[in-house]
Amino acid sequence: MPNSAPEIAIVGFAQTPCVRSTTGTTNGVEMLVPIFHEVLGGLGLSKTDIGFWCSGSSDYLAGRAFSFVSAVDAIGAFPPIVESHVEMDAAWALYEAYVKLLTGEAETALVYGFGKSSAGQLRRVLAMQLDPYLVTPLWPDSIGLAGIQARMGIESGLWSERAMAEVAARSRADAMSNPLAQFSGAVDVESLLAEPYLADPLRRHDCAPITDGAATIVLAAGDRARELCSRPAWITGFEHRVDSPSLGGRDLTTSASAVAAGKAAGADRIDVAELHAPFTHQELLLRQALGLGDEVKVNPSGGALCGNPMFAAGLARIGEAARRVLSGEAERVLGHATSGPLLQQNLVCVMEGRD
Amino acid sequence: MAVQLAAVVGTGQTHHAAKRLDVSMAGLCREAVDRAMADAGVDWPDIDAVVVGKAPDLFEGVMMPELFLADALGANGKPLLRVHTAGSVGGSTANVAASLVRSGVHQRVLAVAFEKQSESNAMWALSVPTPFTMPVHAGAGGYFAPHVRSYIRRAGAPEHIGAMVAVKDRRNGSRNPYAHLRQPDITLESVQASAMLWDPIRYDETCPSSDGACAVVISSSATTGQPAWIHATAMRTEPTTFAGRDQVNPQAGQDAAHALWKQAGIRDPLSEVDVAEIYVPFSWFEPMWLENLGFTDVGQGWKLTEAGETEIGGRLPVNPSGGVLSSNPIGASGMLRFAEAAMQVMGRAGDHQVDRARVALGHAYGGGSQFFAMWVVSSEKP
Amino acid sequence: MTKPLSAPLEVGFDYTRSLGPTLSRFMTGLRQRRVTGVRGSDGRVHVPPVEYDPVTAEPLTEHVDVASTGVVRSWSWAAEPLEGQPLSTPFAWALIQLDGADTSLLHAVDAGSAEQMRTGARVRARWAAERVGAITDIECFEISDEPGDPSVPGDEVTMITTPVRLHYTHSASPVESAFLRGLIEGRLLGQRCPACGKVYVPPRPACPTDGVPTTDEVELPDRGTVTTFCIVNVPFLGQRIKPPYVAAYVLLDGADIPFQHLVLGCAADEVRMGMRVEAVWKPREEWGPTMQNIDHFRPSGEPDASFDTYSQHL
Repeated sequence: MPNSAPEIAIVGFAQTPCVRSTTGTTNGVEMLVPIFHEVLGGLGLSKTDIGFWCSGSSDYLAGRAFSFVSAVDAIGAFPPIVESHVEMDAAWALYEAYVKLLTGEAETALVYGFGKSSAGQLRRVLAMQLDPYLVTPLWPDSIGLAGIQARMGIESGLWSERAMAEVAARSRADAMSNPLAQFSGAVDVESLLAEPYLADPLRRHDCAPITDGAATIVLAAGDRARELCSRPAWITGFEHRVDSPSLGGRDLTTSASAVAAGKAAGADRIDVAELHAPFTHQELLLRQALGLGDEVKVNPSGGALCGNPMFAAGLARIGEAARRVLSGEAERVLGHATSGPLLQQNLVCVMEGRD
Repeated sequence: MAVQLAAVVGTGQTHHAAKRLDVSMAGLCREAVDRAMADAGVDWPDIDAVVVGKAPDLFEGVMMPELFLADALGANGKPLLRVHTAGSVGGSTANVAASLVRSGVHQRVLAVAFEKQSESNAMWALSVPTPFTMPVHAGAGGYFAPHVRSYIRRAGAPEHIGAMVAVKDRRNGSRNPYAHLRQPDITLESVQASAMLWDPIRYDETCPSSDGACAVVISSSATTGQPAWIHATAMRTEPTTFAGRDQVNPQAGQDAAHALWKQAGIRDPLSEVDVAEIYVPFSWFEPMWLENLGFTDVGQGWKLTEAGETEIGGRLPVNPSGGVLSSNPIGASGMLRFAEAAMQVMGRAGDHQVDRARVALGHAYGGGSQFFAMWVVSSEKP
Repeated sequence: MTKPLSAPLEVGFDYTRSLGPTLSRFMTGLRQRRVTGVRGSDGRVHVPPVEYDPVTAEPLTEHVDVASTGVVRSWSWAAEPLEGQPLSTPFAWALIQLDGADTSLLHAVDAGSAEQMRTGARVRARWAAERVGAITDIECFEISDEPGDPSVPGDEVTMITTPVRLHYTHSASPVESAFLRGLIEGRLLGQRCPACGKVYVPPRPACPTDGVPTTDEVELPDRGTVTTFCIVNVPFLGQRIKPPYVAAYVLLDGADIPFQHLVLGCAADEVRMGMRVEAVWKPREEWGPTMQNIDHFRPSGEPDASFDTYSQHL
């Protein structure tokens, strides 16, 4: 007789301040210790209460093989822990943990992601994600590629440089209420548009900053979630998809994988959405792909444009969205994460509160 | 406990070699994937999701290579996950794929693991000199050789055990058409005459460096032929080093095995498991892991090896495929153990088939003997 | 606290990539100043070629030659080119649909200035004089209505070499920096975990069993016990000492974890588990923030430690 899968919720979230450069190591320990303390302490849990651990990080971001290995020092992983790691944004580690909880083999999971982008030259490091035979040998940088995508949308009439600047201005204004944001402040669109191009048609405000940071989320199943939290963020849909890597072979003005993930996850009746859009035009693209109307509050945290810790920023978006449910501010929220060049891979997590 | 059952319904692997210069990375993966899908009798529309495992990205010089491989892996429009848990990754990847089915999320998942070591030089990738860090002065085997010495001292094991394992695994490898090293004529004397690289480890007691890939199709129901039902999976991690750490018999391995046997309902692994594919990159790790896995008491593992009980036809055949000592595409090595265990209970292991194999162990470890992944598969439903 | 130590970390390697049939055909073509795409299951001609169909995942085998001229489909301006990029003067990144192709190729356009660039512009490939069979055989594209250059003979290409040069700054943790600064003065500074009381040397950012930052500095002597070891007989890249020699785990007196170091000063086969050793420091003027200030350990002449004193550290 098959068992039914338990319901899973996010019950805790913590993240470090988003900063241009930390003095810590690339193994993330200095960033992780305080946020583990914060998230576990806030729930009254200790490490032995966690049934499954999963993390996301990148060796190329750190410049070393096995850079994730020492991160478990931050946990104090003895006695041994049940643990796994994805070489992806930690939003996908959250997905792996969610699946683990669905099997019933664990009731709680702690997920974390960390990245010290400042260790290397991020624009060049990300060229290593491209086709190693046909594209990487040209060393295209991430901002140059994003500019191509932005122009396609501009020239097809899907968005404009002004609409992009409006996204930047709104994000920075919203980030004023986020003490962990790297950038915030009141800026007006006209003065943004008066700035020179960084990579025509992109200006500096169109691009996420280079950020060091880490984030962590605690998941719990069923009654365990209700014990730990008065208003858990129950996951009602959690899906991810990938697109072809062929940059000139897929339609860059939309994202088939985001459309599919949003549809499968049930991205409707959303109050608040946190979208992982490292470029202003990508927020506009994603709103369209996910069918988010004007009534949806997008990126009240300021989003990745105000702090983009690689390999943690997607997880942080989900955490920020969940926080609105945990605090009672919102009923139904959406967290989104992306990975790979030009939104190649997308993940959508829909959560809701229950009173 | 799971929402639904999961079984391996197809396996595939490449012909492993030092340099597979006839294929690209995509071509290497597809050689294994196409064989696994044909073995399972499934086609692309049957696959719900793809899970990729690989050791460090620096080996191939591609950051998150699953992204550029999405077309080749038939993943477009589907969920694609990339697992990296050091040397255990092939096993972890299979376990994650199993979870995707056991949780009820998917009905059929393709798991792929690969390493194309010839794109670079693993020794280089593992030893980029990190500032302020003391160079070990020891090279690849230098990390593990001192722990092998500790084992020999603690267990009082005679010196020839390491050579015996090498002979067995290489002879087994000669029965496996996919093995990188196939040495039917290897002898105890020839192993003992080979160069002592990292005393106490000899050249013939070390694994090769291979290009290769492995794939498995995991399904909630049988497709064609006998499936390998997944009875239990386990993963455990501990830090690389800490005060008082037992490097010979790591707690993480013991804990993983304990959880595995419990979940599989196995009380006496030595009598209840018919065949084991264990991650043995240096021959001495066979007796070490036999103890760590609980097949024997501590200090007794080498006696099982010495008595010939780990040969095909013995009480617990270990690595009938030839194991890591015969083929070592690092990222895929763990999945090869898991797949070979499945092939045994599916009755599809060809010339290295163990008679009446019904219950099999697949085992992988990585890092400084700190990441463990295992599964138990059986010809019978749980 | 003073700033942690940091130093450059260079990650450089020339990767050797075998191509397989589809990419081999494309790279061979480039060497011959010819662009060869592949026809997909939906009839589209993919340039650059894809090895497997993006829709059906089937291997693609129908090769189609296309022109080395085409149309810009979108672009961005690279005002300050980065290391390794096709041009060192400002240029455009562009997706270029070559005549005869249905998909676009990413490459650089040497347009002079952003004002010269536009979507829809006609471009032609500027071929490198020396071609090896690589995407960089096209130096870049230039804005032009002229036809492409004729192809020339060239040998088959089955492998490419891809140099990767990345530059990082590696930082030591604060406690590791204190340890390294101690080494400059010839001192060995470990850290005690406030939870379990174990002494770590080199110290760690967090105690690996308790997950808490260590707080108490503990100065340790430069002598200890060999817990276990191996004799290195094999030569390898970057080796400093002629084999055979001993790489051993040394447990300093008062420490709770051994570290790996060299044991010299006696024949390799005289080293044993439990042997007492002492540090041999390099001349003081050579000291820096590194454990290499200790050149090696040598037998101290004390009686061997009993197995019980170090059996918990194996």
